[in-house]
Amino acid sequence: MSQFTLNLIFIGASFALYIGIAIWARAGSTAEFYAANRGVSPVMNGMATAADWMSAASFISMAGLIAFTGYDNSTYLMGWTGGYVLLALLLAPYLRKFGKFTVPEFIGDRFYSQTARIIGVVCLLIISITYVIGQMTGVGVTFSRYLEVSTSTGLWIGAALVFVYAVLGGMKGITYTQVAQYVVLIVAYTIPAVFIALQLTGNVLPQLGLFGTHEESGVKMLAKLDQVVTDLGFKSYTGHHNSTLDMVLFTLALMIGTAGLPHVIIRFFTVPKVSDARSSAGWALVFIALLYTVAPAVGAMARFNLTATMWSGASTGAEAGSTFSAPAVSLERIETAPELAWMRNWQVTGLLNWEDKNGDGLIQYYNDKAEPGEALATVIADQNLQGNELPVVNNDIMVLANPEIANLPGWVIGIVAAGGLAAALSTAAGLLLAISGAVSHDLIKGWLAPNISEKNELMAARIAMGVSILVATLLGLNPPGFAAQTVALAFGLAASSIFPVLMMGIFSTRINRQGAIWGMLAGIISTLVYIFLYKGWFFIAGTNMLEDTAANWLFGISPASFGTIGALINFAVAYLVSNATEEPPVEVVELVESIRIPRGAGAANGH
Amino acid sequence: MSDRQSSNAYWRANIRIIWICLIIWALVSYGFGIILRPLISGIPVGGSDLGFWFAQQGSILIFIALIFWYAARMNRLDREHGVEE
Repeated sequence: MSQFTLNLIFIGASFALYIGIAIWARAGSTAEFYAANRGVSPVMNGMATAADWMSAASFISMAGLIAFTGYDNSTYLMGWTGGYVLLALLLAPYLRKFGKFTVPEFIGDRFYSQTARIIGVVCLLIISITYVIGQMTGVGVTFSRYLEVSTSTGLWIGAALVFVYAVLGGMKGITYTQVAQYVVLIVAYTIPAVFIALQLTGNVLPQLGLFGTHEESGVKMLAKLDQVVTDLGFKSYTGHHNSTLDMVLFTLALMIGTAGLPHVIIRFFTVPKVSDARSSAGWALVFIALLYTVAPAVGAMARFNLTATMWSGASTGAEAGSTFSAPAVSLERIETAPELAWMRNWQVTGLLNWEDKNGDGLIQYYNDKAEPGEALATVIADQNLQGNELPVVNNDIMVLANPEIANLPGWVIGIVAAGGLAAALSTAAGLLLAISGAVSHDLIKGWLAPNISEKNELMAARIAMGVSILVATLLGLNPPGFAAQTVALAFGLAASSIFPVLMMGIFSTRINRQGAIWGMLAGIISTLVYIFLYKGWFFIAGTNMLEDTAANWLFGISPASFGTIGALINFAVAYLVSNATEEPPVEVVELVESIRIPRGAGAANGH
Repeated sequence: MSDRQSSNAYWRANIRIIWICLIIWALVSYGFGIILRPLISGIPVGGSDLGFWFAQQGSILIFIALIFWYAARMNRLDREHGVEE
């Protein structure tokens, strides 16, 4: 059976499952559409939250980011998990007690202000739409690679599929579909990792394999990796090379941003009780951790396997320089050997490329941008190297190419394709639900047409979802070419606007309408301006006013880390403005006191 | 009035528990994982050091334990103050 047929079977079977679930769980009321009638158990909700949260970025990109940077990119691992502690402790139980459907609704009620609610909607739309574009692009790329169709055809197939189950099913359909998608994506992520951990370290569990012994050379896996990459002139894998301050601020921005993402927060509206909201965050993190503790092992082992493919000497010996005990891989092998077919497949996509610069028939992969060590300097002189001959290795291919690099059977590749799609589609559906809720519930029912019937509100929510899918697909067809920056922008915005205003709304009775409005505006605008100064105004290339390098950053703070500073500005402005203006009305103080106490949460409803 | 006093006591106890959790949360990630890593670099863990383990695995495991401990502790606190659902 050809690889193409296998991919088709796995992808087709997983889609049939999702659509079947969506039809079975069709939503009938607005309560079911937005919050699944609050009938979802904490474990199921945790699993759905995990699928919702783990996007194409977690599934496809993160292990690659760790693979090529090592310890310094631990920030993603800690940042994208630590946010759940903040959610469980500071937001989830209280927002569940509040008992409404959307994040802007809480902001509007707590700060007794339509203006605050609409600012909340605007933040939510900007954050969620940038995210959806990224997911749709991921769907298009995965389809085109595995179904052998063009990227735009792949994108339209994905859009049609999301439309069917998100628009029909609402939160109820999405929740159960996401449970199925979680199972698909975690199986797809774990199986190749287990195979590779067994091959390299003899450990079944990749989590143990990362800290285990590399069997062929008999030294520890991480020590072996450090030796191999430093031989080739790269920075050590386990060493700390970046600024400590920026590492702390970036991790904090990811944590606060996670806790401020509206599509994650609304998951906690769907559990039956306040105590379930607390444990639900724990279950979500358990299911996320199953992938997040495997990811560093995948990163390290994929980096090692890639290097050992280029230099077969990397597998043996333990002392510095042993990587060069055998010659580099030959150009002829790369172009003809069946086990290196993956290199030729990925070369077509432009994400991997090689070039025999010195014409010796060998492809030497090394870092030509740093001062070479003793062994590498000798190799450069002896073999007359003219520069790195594997100049293009995209981070994003590491997870998808991993099973092929390790020569795993074809069905594993089929599962990984289905898993990558599950990750992108589940996140897209969750984001679309947050968008449609904000538009139909907060903008239309809450502001433009308060007397709208439940039936028409549901229709408006579905139309909003359909329009968002269309917008995201059209933008995904011509991605503005700033995926990485917009992700940073979405996190920065969530961290600097939504998280602080929610937290202050719960933990302070003194923060008033003016404080919340000015705090949100100051937080968002300062973060936006800082990002635009370095990345270009509205990301238009060439309009940046300062060069985006560490030397130019204010106190060495990178634009991606600035969300933390934006959040601090938000807190400070809200505090100062609130104390300079009148106290909030008595009924708002009573609202805050009631959400702090679990009793009475059962009476929650949307109207 | 007694209701108000009881709910104030409940809230103060909750804030104390939140602080304990946040201190541990910060210590394992920002502390052991990043800032204090040089101090504990003498303790080897599987080819690297304890700080590397905290940054890539340990902090995540402790985050999970922390949330479940908080959830269980708060359930008890809810009952002690008679504010459970």
